[in-house]
Parts: sequence; C-alpha cells; structure tokens
Amino acid sequence: MHGRPRKAPTPEEENASSLKATKLRSLQSQFLQNHHSKNYTKEALEISAKLLESNPEFYTAWNYRKLAVEHNLKQSETGTDPDSIESIIDEELRVAESALRRNFKSYGAWYHRKWVLRKGHTSTDRELQLLEAFQKRDARNFHAWNYRRFIAALMDRSDAEELLYTTDMINKNFSNYSAWHNRSVLLSHLLEKRAQGFFPKEKVLTDEYDLVHQALFTDPDDQSGWFYHLWLLDQTVKVETPLLISSWPANGVDLNVSSDSFPLILYFSEAVEGVNSSTISVESAWDANKDLFWRPLSANNSGSAQAWVAHLDFPNEKPESLKSFPVKVSLGHSQGIVSSNGFHYAHPSCFEFTVCVRPQNKEHDPRQSIEMISWRDENFHVNETHFQVSSDPIKYFDQLKIDENSEPTGSKWHLKTIANEIALFRELLSEINCKIGKLTLARLLTAHDAMMPYTKSPDAYEMIHFEEVLELYSNLMKLDPAHSRYYKDEYSLVLFQQVASSRESLLKHCFLYGGSTGSSINNYICLRLNNLSLSRIGSVQKLLWVQMLDLSHNELQSIEGLEAMQLLSCLNLSNNKLGSFTALEPLRLLKSLKVLDISYNEIGAHSVDTRRYLCSSPLSHTAGSDWNFDEFAVSGVKVTNYWEAFSIFKGLNLTQLDIVGNAIPDEKFKLFLFRLLPSLKWLDGEELH
Amino acid sequence: MGELEVEKHVKYILLVEKRKDDFESVVMEHLRMNGAYWGLTTLDLLGKLETVDTEEVVSWVMKCQHESGGFGGNVGHDPHLLYTLSSVQVLALFDKINVLDTDRVSNYIAGLQNDDGSFSGDMWGEVDTRFSYIAICCLSLLHHLDKINVEKAVKYIVSCKNLDGGFGCTPGGESHAGQVFCCVGALSITGSLHHIDKDLLGWWLCERQVKSGGLNGRPEKLPDVCYSWWVLSSLIMIDRVHWIDKEKLVKFILDCQDKENGGISDRPDDAVDVYHTYFGVAGLSLLEYPGLKAIDPAYALPVDVVNRIFFGR
Repeated sequence: MHGRPRKAPTPEEENASSLKATKLRSLQSQFLQNHHSKNYTKEALEISAKLLESNPEFYTAWNYRKLAVEHNLKQSETGTDPDSIESIIDEELRVAESALRRNFKSYGAWYHRKWVLRKGHTSTDRELQLLEAFQKRDARNFHAWNYRRFIAALMDRSDAEELLYTTDMINKNFSNYSAWHNRSVLLSHLLEKRAQGFFPKEKVLTDEYDLVHQALFTDPDDQSGWFYHLWLLDQTVKVETPLLISSWPANGVDLNVSSDSFPLILYFSEAVEGVNSSTISVESAWDANKDLFWRPLSANNSGSAQAWVAHLDFPNEKPESLKSFPVKVSLGHSQGIVSSNGFHYAHPSCFEFTVCVRPQNKEHDPRQSIEMISWRDENFHVNETHFQVSSDPIKYFDQLKIDENSEPTGSKWHLKTIANEIALFRELLSEINCKIGKLTLARLLTAHDAMMPYTKSPDAYEMIHFEEVLELYSNLMKLDPAHSRYYKDEYSLVLFQQVASSRESLLKHCFLYGGSTGSSINNYICLRLNNLSLSRIGSVQKLLWVQMLDLSHNELQSIEGLEAMQLLSCLNLSNNKLGSFTALEPLRLLKSLKVLDISYNEIGAHSVDTRRYLCSSPLSHTAGSDWNFDEFAVSGVKVTNYWEAFSIFKGLNLTQLDIVGNAIPDEKFKLFLFRLLPSLKWLDGEELH
Repeated sequence: MGELEVEKHVKYILLVEKRKDDFESVVMEHLRMNGAYWGLTTLDLLGKLETVDTEEVVSWVMKCQHESGGFGGNVGHDPHLLYTLSSVQVLALFDKINVLDTDRVSNYIAGLQNDDGSFSGDMWGEVDTRFSYIAICCLSLLHHLDKINVEKAVKYIVSCKNLDGGFGCTPGGESHAGQVFCCVGALSITGSLHHIDKDLLGWWLCERQVKSGGLNGRPEKLPDVCYSWWVLSSLIMIDRVHWIDKEKLVKFILDCQDKENGGISDRPDDAVDVYHTYFGVAGLSLLEYPGLKAIDPAYALPVDVVNRIFFGR
C-alpha cells in the first residue's frame, strides 16, 4: 500500500478492519443489486453515494450515477424544471467533491465532475476556488492540474491569464515542476500565436532565462528548473526549418566509379519526409536518373529519416562513359520536404559533382576472387603522401556549403544569449561544484560550437571547446557515477565531433589497408577509430565517404547512425558490447557491406534485448508479413530463437563474417547462416567450400 | 544485499488470492482482474504458474465478460478497457486466448476510438493515453490492430508529448513515468518510436533514479518500487537503460521485500501489496536478476508468451 507502514495489526485493529469490511461489503452488494435492477430511487442513490464516499475508486458506482442522472433528467417533470435539474446536478458535484476529499487522486471522481460540468447546467465559478484548495494541499497533483486546464478551457480563460497563475505558483515555491511544465505548454502556445506581449520571441525568452536562473541558482540540486532551462536552450538554438548539411558525393567532387550504379546520399539536419523525385531534381547525362527512387535510411517504415539514398545508374556499355560528365542535384525549389514538426525545407540549393565511369572488371563468381580481410594492425599503414593525390577521398569530407543561401542561424541575439549563459554557469561553478552546472555548461559550449559553422567569424576556429567539454563529461562520470554511462555516451559524441572536425584530425585516424598482394581490396583507406572507448556513434554526416571502418575494441552497444554510411564495404565491430542481433539493424540498410566482424561481443548473453523495439519485427508490426522463414529453416531450429538473425542477415551479401566469441553460435546456427548467406566465403577465418 | 525470497512471494500471492474478507480485499474488489494479472504474471516470472488451476482462472475471467465484449474488474462490474487488457493478458499467460471471440473483444475496443485518434476507457468517455496503450496492446495481442486507425492513434499520442520528452494523460498534461510507459509502449507496438527524442526522454527517465537507488515517477518525488517497471521498461524500449545504476536499483527493490511473510512494498518497511510485488519482480526481471523469466517491456508479459503469440510455436 502506498506510504503505509508495514506492521502486524493489533487484535483491536483487526476487529475494526473486519467491521469496516463487513459494512463496505454490504454497501457494495446492495449497490450492485440496485445497479443490475436499474433502481434509481433516492434511497438507492444514497447507497451509491455512501459507497463512493468511502471507496471513490469503485468505478461502476460512478457509471451508475451517470445512468441515474440521465434517467432522472429524462423524467417528464424534472426534465423541464430548472430547480430539479439544478438539484440533481448539485448532488453529483457534492458526491464528487466529498469523494475527492477522501482521495484527491481518484480518476473516477475527477472525471465524474468533468462529466457533470460538461452537461452545462451549472456554473463553473466555484471550480477555481475548489482547485485552489486542492492545489494548496498538493501543488503537484497532476489530476488537479489536468482539471485546471479543462476548466480554463471551459471558462475561456486566456493562456496569458493562466501563465500568470504559474508565475504565482513558481514565486511561492520554485520547486514545483508541475508549474514549470504548465508554463512551457502555455508559453509555447503564446509564442506560436505571437500573442500580444509575447513577441518578439527573443525578448520573452530572455525574461524566462531570468526566471529559471533564480530556481537553478537557489538550489542547483532541485530538478524543477533543469528541464525548463534545457527547453529554453533548445528554443534558443533550434533552427526551425530543416537544412541539408551533407551529401555524398559532396559539392565539387570528381568521382571515379567502376560499377554501373552508386549511391547518392542526402543528409539533413533532422529527420524529414517527402524526399522523392519531385522534390529532388537530378540532372545527368542519362534519362534513367530522372525518376530516382529515394529511400529513407531509418530502421522503421516511417517514411521519415535524416539520411536518404537513391542509386544513380550508368549503363556501362557506353564506351564514351570513360570521360567524366557532370551531375547536378537541386532541392528546395518546390515544397514537400517536411520535418516532423511540420516545417518545410525552405532553402533552394544545389550541388554539383562529376562522375567518371570506368569499365568494370567482369567477375565471374564473386566468391572466387575474394581475399580474406585481416584486421591485424600490421596490415594498416600510414601513408600520408598517398592522401595528397587526386584519389583522396577525404577531400569529399568537406561539408556542403549551405550558409550562403540560408538564414543566419547564429544571429547576434542567439550568440549573445549563449555567451551570457556560459558566463553565468562558469560563475555558478566557481562557487559550487554541482552536476547540473557542469552538464549545462557542457551543453552550452556544444551549442555554442554548433552555431559557429554558420557564422563567418574569423576566429571561429579558436573558439571550439572540445577539450573543455570532454573534460567536463569526464568529471561528471566521477561526480555522478550512477549516471556515468549517460555522460560516457555524450563524451563519445563529442569525441566523434572532434575527430571529424577537421581534415587534420581525421587524417590521424586514416590508414592504408594492404593485405596480401593482388587483393581487390588493396589500398583501401580505412578509418580506424578503434580503442577509443567509444560507446556510441556520431558525426556520421562527415563520414559518408568511408568504405572501410574499424570500430573494434570500443564499448559500443548500439551502432545507430551507421545506416547512413552507404559506401561501407568492410566493417569491424569486434570486441564491443553489442548485446543482440537486433542491435545490428542499421546494417540491413548497408547493401554494399561484404566484410563484417562482430566477434567478441555480447550477442545472446542477455535476457533483456534493449533493441527489440528499435528494429523491424512482427512485434512492432514493421516486418514479418513477407518473411519466408521455412526456406532457411534447419530442422530442430525454432523461429523464435533465430528471428533476429534472420531479420538482419537475410538481405545482406556478406562474403566474410566473424562471429566467434558471442553467446550464440552452435552448429545448427552455422547451418542456418550458410543458408541465409549463400555468398559467404569466410566464416570465423575459415574458408567455406 | 539480500536475495529474492521466491518461495515467500509465491506463498504471499497465493494467500492474497484466497483472502477475500479483509478490508483491503473488499476495497480492491472492483479491480480484481488487475490483481489477477499482477499475481499470475508474478507467479509466471517466478516459474510457478503451474501451481494455479487454469480452468478455474479461465472460467472466472470469462464470467467477467460483458455482453458488449469488454471485461469488468470483477463479476457483475461494468466493462472497461483497464480490465479488458488484464483479461486478455491473463488468458495469454495460460495460452487460452482461443477461448475468446476475438472479433467481439476487438470490436468493443475499436468502438472506443474517438475521431481525434484517442481512446475512451469505456462508454462514458474519459480520455487518457493509458487507454491508447491498452487498446493498442490488446488489439495487437489479438491480431486485430487493423480494426482501428493506427495513424490517428499515434498522432494523438504524439500530441501529448512534452518539453521534457515525456508524455501526459492528455495534450498539455505533465509527464509522468506511468504515462511515459503507456505512450512509449504504444509507439513501440506500432513501430513508431521515431516520434521520440530518445536522448531527451532518456535523460529525464534516468534522472528518476534517486540517491537510495530507487526510481521516482516525476521530478522531486519519492521513489517507489512500481516505477521500477514504468521507468525501466521505457528506458529499455528506447535503449537507454544503461544510463541508470542497475545494481543500486536491484538493492532498493530487494530492500522493499517483506522477508518474513513475502510480498514487496513501495518503499522499505511499508506494507506490501500484490501490485508492488508484481512491479518489483517484473523490475528485477528487466534488470536480468538471475532465475527469473524475462519479461517483454512493451506487452508486459513474459517474453516466451509474447513470442508464442507473434512467432507461433
């Protein structure tokens, strides 16, 4: 029982309790009898009132009273007499009120009151008074707050008036999360409507910062203001309309391709929908590329994603294709690309690149000519001179130049506000060592840095705060160990940003792969981000060019984000913390992936699968209707045991897989894998025949 | 740290079921169907469901069905979505969904969807995202999700999303961990988790852990064992459960056991009840406590039961 001490009852208490039980039981059975025989007499109603006053949660009795109201209002006499109507309604309000006094968390009693008031026969004047009384008893009662919103709407009270009420409540006691919450709801409406006194937004937000500072700085450990401050920060830095922030190929690139098809990737600032051949125009020498099929790179079937891909086709029988030719991609000229908040992509922009198609080496059987990839350190070489030559893929790393056409996102007010916040939180931290101070400062510095690319400040480069932010997160891991892995994830994201922030920092992680001579994969550039204790992946928009990626010996339990790296062909995820096959969902979208190492993870070692609902499956109605499991079934293998592996691997064309060191593979599973992956040539270092 | 008193909890649950005459049992009579679900699911997680007479349970559940197709909280009580889900879940535990006329039950649920996509709990029209979850979960278990407008149902849930990434009862309602579970669960079952800012909600949820290791349901509130379920299952569905200290939470739950008479309470040394016993054991299952069956975070049923329903035998 909520909040009641555990102790054995005394004999007296036991007697009293059993007496109470007998009384209540008799009320309940009398009531049910009346309910079933549709008895709505005064005496019968009295019994239900008594019952509800002692047990407001007895929902059937509320239903009965509603039936009785409807029945009695219909009676020819009372139905037209205003006094009788009033007395019926008043009685309901009285019963609801005394039930609420008994238990003001009773859903049934609150709803009964709403139901009665909606009938419209009574004044709402008393309601606010009643609410004040309840909110005085418990300022956090969410039933009362919900009821308040209901009454405010019924009485046509303005949002501005209600906002004043939250100011009062906060001034009385800033530790009232409910009031802060309601404030955010009301203020969002007022800002959206540009209501009088709530425009410009900048002025309103400045005042709100002042208010929440009082709460945060009075008691930094009280969470009431934390989320409101984060919301203000989001309101300050958020660019409402989606932007194109990266693409493959990037603007101005000369691309050599040897296959007859390659991916074109668009990467937006947030998830968007509506990317298709009518919103994106692609001009190239071949008609086939006019009506491209664009696919969202996301795990679900939502039709919305941050990254989108289409495949450009080049018929390779044309000999003249040896010479390069231009491709131009434009978007934003017509509406249709929309963010989840309903904002349209509104910056007409375009980028161009040239493509040179080289004739393909006709491979007979891909399995015949494939070398095994070995991820051993000695196969990776630093060769800086190589990176200077024209085939340098890192130059594609340059971000799309979008700032010229777009609105300035880092306007003076935004930058000033963030700078001001940074100064305030530094001051707070100089006085008191608190986690919210550190966390907020880390977030502010990150927000500040994120605004920089959009401004043309010449010293933008010196203002990047990676080291300081990493230090703050390291500190937080020690200061607040219970949430250390939250800070670790944030740390990893910043580390990715730092690595991908410049060509110089990226080059430190680029190596030439040189396996045995004659390998088709020789001279691949491999991005090696191994042994960095990364727990999560970020900054993918700057890594779209990567074909070979080594993420081994980290602490990854999710690889969300990799789905955008459509060029990936070799991937090493060994020695991480991947806990299930479902964690590999992003790989389902990597159609060029050939070599995969997931050895020494924790697949199969957990009874709880944290990716179970983030991957497509029959459980979430996102896959399964077309699954033909029988085709791959091995006798004695249960669908329920292998559906995850089935879902991930069935669409892949892997030639090499390393899976040893997990808690699954038995012989039957291997048989199952062979059926699922007919192109497989190497499994755990052994050649298959 | 103590251990989970499996035998004592089993004894406690079987005893509660038999005790019908003390005041607590009488007060709870109207939601006996929920009680049955909490008790029986706990028994199943503890590996002791076979101590229960299946026929007796099934025939009692069926006596609670109303002619509308919905179920009441007890025999003779009015039908409501709250008890309809519990009834279906109880039948699912025993692999007895086949005793239902699933069309009729599904039609009752589908009939409660409103024009804006929301769901009423019963014919009297109270709207709450709890009912959205119940409707979606129940219809999915019955393979009849196609009877409702899923797109609108999802849209309504998303309209209840707040500044902190959480969800409330109705649009504008404050985030509450129980409500967050309902909305995240409903979005999981409909493949719509992309509507959630996982990092924002994850941070709000992981900050529900207080110094004692227990979880609260809203900022600046006391911890309570029941949030071990609401918060943990939500964190698992959005893959952010590693953001809390699991060991400390295990200890908190175990500290809430009545080691003498069995049962688990909201906080250490409070009176136990079957509701908190279920949420404590289910929480431990989500924390991979040894010896417990795994529970599915969205359907709130043992994983083997859910797999049986969605992947066949």
